[in-house]
Amino acid sequence: MRLLQSPAVRVGLSISIATGLYGVSFGALSVTSGLDFWQTMALSLLLFSGGSQFAFIGVVAGGGSGVAAMGAATLLGMRNGIYGMQINALLRPRGWLRFAAAHVTIDESTATSTGQTDPLEQKRGFWTAGLGIFVLWNLFTAVGALAGASLGDPKQWGLDGAAVAAFLGLLWPRLKGREPVAIAVVCALATVLAVPFVPAGVPILVAAVVAAAIGWFSHGRSDEGLEPDMDPYADHPHPHGRPSGDAA
Amino acid sequence: MSLWMWLLLSCLLAYAWKLLGYLVPASVLRDPRMSRIAGTMTIGLLASLTIVNTVASGQTLALDARLGALAAAGIALLLRAPFLVVVLAGAGAAAGLRLLGWG
Repeated sequence: MRLLQSPAVRVGLSISIATGLYGVSFGALSVTSGLDFWQTMALSLLLFSGGSQFAFIGVVAGGGSGVAAMGAATLLGMRNGIYGMQINALLRPRGWLRFAAAHVTIDESTATSTGQTDPLEQKRGFWTAGLGIFVLWNLFTAVGALAGASLGDPKQWGLDGAAVAAFLGLLWPRLKGREPVAIAVVCALATVLAVPFVPAGVPILVAAVVAAAIGWFSHGRSDEGLEPDMDPYADHPHPHGRPSGDAA
Repeated sequence: MSLWMWLLLSCLLAYAWKLLGYLVPASVLRDPRMSRIAGTMTIGLLASLTIVNTVASGQTLALDARLGALAAAGIALLLRAPFLVVVLAGAGAAAGLRLLGWG
């Protein structure tokens, strides 16, 4: 297979497997948060952005309303708009391809693509990671949802602890340097202070407002926080430094 | 039914963000401030979701086995464990602490 000689295809396939696998944890947590099987699948098939999906079920699990869950998921999805702009500038997809490309524009497909320098490799990387993750993420979401439904009491299995770990795991790769850590601490504090005073789910939106204000008024790296959940190039020497931010 | 409605609306809005990047002229979105806010908001929201799932119980704050999950996940991440191992560490710590009778 000549395509497997392509470095971008290889990186795309390995990130697809790594990311797809953690769909198991999403599926299991989603059904134990109170969503049914098809609601869980709808999130993976149609929303298709890991962080936003975890945010939606995290708010629901905490007793938050549907509108608060939507708010958290939607605000967390803003960065995909920035990724869309980067991929549009790199690959210039035309016609219906643009609408398909938009759906698979997520952290990992963008990072796989922008980590390459050759235009053909950028294209291969984007589509391999995007489509590969889409297929595996949905497959493993279904596996997790079916397994989660048969678990019984989720607390006995520590699934609420699994949710905590999942969010920390998503946050972790974005804490590079002192400033993002400071932003995270300030937002966590704002959240804790808000919990007793507003309905469940709303403290997360309070933190989003605080974070947006920090972004608006302070000057720092414009690509801060836009690191992928999983760095496709973690194990490979990188052609030109960090993958995102330099594409547009 | 109402949860379905918010869920599908979330899916629609998520796709709208993604598509926006492809349809809006690059000059509009190239404002570094937009990209910066998208980034700080990602950090802020994930930090908030982490802490809410650790200490909030509805509208009250509770210190329970989930704190152990946070610590275990942090240690796993420091040891560069893959995502799935981090999640399992969190679940194991919470389940283990409950088995020992805490939270």
